Amino acid sequence: MNKVCLRYDQPALAYYLAQGGYTVWKQLINGTLSPKQALDVIKASGLRGRGGAGFMTGLKWSFMNRDKPGQKFLICNSDEGEPGTCKDTLILRHNPHQLIEGIAICSYVIGAQVAYNYLRGEYIREFNVCETALQEAYDAGLLGKNILDSNIDLDIYNLLGAGSYIVGEETAMMESIEGKRAMPRNKPPFPAVSGLWGCATTINNTETLASVPPILENGANWFQGLGVENSAGTKIFCVSGHVTNPGVFELPLGIKFTELLDRCGGVRQGRKIKALIPGGTSMKVIPGDQLDDLTMDFDALKKAGSSIGSGGLIVMDETTCMVRALTHMMRFYHEESCGQCTPCREGSGWVLQMLEKILQKKGEPDLISKIRDVASKIEGRTICAFGEAISWPVTSFIDHFYDEFVFYAQHGHSLVEGANKGFSWDTHTKSEDE
Amino acid sequence: MMEILPEDKRKIDHWVAKFPTPKGAVLMALRIMQDRHNWLPREAIDAVSDYLKISKTEVYEVVSFYSMYRLKPGGRNYLKVCTSLSCCLMGADEVIQHVENSLSIKKGETTDDQMITLMETECLGACQMAPVALVNDTEYIGSLTRESLDQLLDQLKEKSSE
Repeated sequence: MNKVCLRYDQPALAYYLAQGGYTVWKQLINGTLSPKQALDVIKASGLRGRGGAGFMTGLKWSFMNRDKPGQKFLICNSDEGEPGTCKDTLILRHNPHQLIEGIAICSYVIGAQVAYNYLRGEYIREFNVCETALQEAYDAGLLGKNILDSNIDLDIYNLLGAGSYIVGEETAMMESIEGKRAMPRNKPPFPAVSGLWGCATTINNTETLASVPPILENGANWFQGLGVENSAGTKIFCVSGHVTNPGVFELPLGIKFTELLDRCGGVRQGRKIKALIPGGTSMKVIPGDQLDDLTMDFDALKKAGSSIGSGGLIVMDETTCMVRALTHMMRFYHEESCGQCTPCREGSGWVLQMLEKILQKKGEPDLISKIRDVASKIEGRTICAFGEAISWPVTSFIDHFYDEFVFYAQHGHSLVEGANKGFSWDTHTKSEDE
Repeated sequence: MMEILPEDKRKIDHWVAKFPTPKGAVLMALRIMQDRHNWLPREAIDAVSDYLKISKTEVYEVVSFYSMYRLKPGGRNYLKVCTSLSCCLMGADEVIQHVENSLSIKKGETTDDQMITLMETECLGACQMAPVALVNDTEYIGSLTRESLDQLLDQLKEKSSE
């Protein structure tokens, strides 16, 4: 099987070692593989960040000067929170040693002697598995002081959050690790210059770091060969919403959306697909009639006017009222705005108020352009990308489903017949009987 | 000033050791205190400030920011229903209604017998099991049906002695 992150499903060290695990880490430790060589392979592999932004991983690592004196840090971002995303949990629970090896390799390449794996506060099961795995690695002498008599030191710590969406933003996470409110920092300075406690820091997503050991084991060409141009390797796709069998799949980048949908048994009850959010709710929605030829990779999704984001696909069938769906999302974003930047703090509230006005039958058709206007003015005017995360769903929902929004504002009810169906609890569970 | 139990001090110390300065451990110190008291009374928050030797302001900043901290007492059990989009498309609104009707409480309220507090929460990272609920911030209950939810509520009504 061509799997990268989910290739193993047993968390024990003995199992991981039996599969050849920690081989790359040991090669780095004993000097048969140099940090420079490792970095070159990661660069050549074309690995891009799996957390949402898709930044080139090797390039990000190269911003760190490993020979410069002073403390450096690595952070593994396991604060999975983008609505529609449930992928890192599988790595954390089923393949923690591959993640630990990835963290160790990256730490050594960038010159960090301390790494933090920050898990969201609700991931207690995942935390416990990672703690056990970490202890096993320490006991085996793979981590800690003077690893395998090499004079190399590395400490890795698992951390737990306390409930916050914005902590997934890289500089907000640094604030949180320092024991503060998770409020994103102004950039520059960028983390590679001044990150955790003012020290040079790199931060990567869980899926990104877990991809590192197999890439170094099998080579850059192998990884490139799994995917398509500009989208090397595999991606963990989480499919939720109105499909027959929601699920999580690790598949090569560039796979057709329709194939992914087939793996989930298609749209529930043989209905038609109305829309797809391809990468977590912050990414722009794509209408159902543009999905037939869509492939799941960075370039194709960009061409479709959206982004692969975190790989969380949310499928909406023809019974979904888009006004209600968007309002649900905006309640979340308004609640989670950290409040630092006025456009985001106030704008998210205004957008929500106007949407709720429409749902309460108090809307006027000109409200739609006002909602779009407010949302579009948040984008690009905030410290962090949360501004875009609010703006993109609103503008794309309205652009693609404009008539539906105007209809609701005009008539005080949804254009969709039986509009509760799309949010009904029983519709889905009944499908098995049919 | 509230005394922190030796057992809890040991737990907090374990976290302090992970950071260059004790302040990093504030999130977990608060959680340990909350686990002990089931919420965070003022005295517990002050005790954290005292123990970690950071100002009260710094602790209150954190307490008021993160959603898992409980600043007022609630039920013995917390039931949080995810209302992010994936769960809503699978009926999360009706799940909440069902709990509200079964327990005669509204979102944010606690049953008269102080056994269950109902809340909504944001994406829990278990979207393939939607609709999802979280019990006491740690236990995931997915693919909820009316039957499984009723069963869960019955369990929570009796889960008092722990």
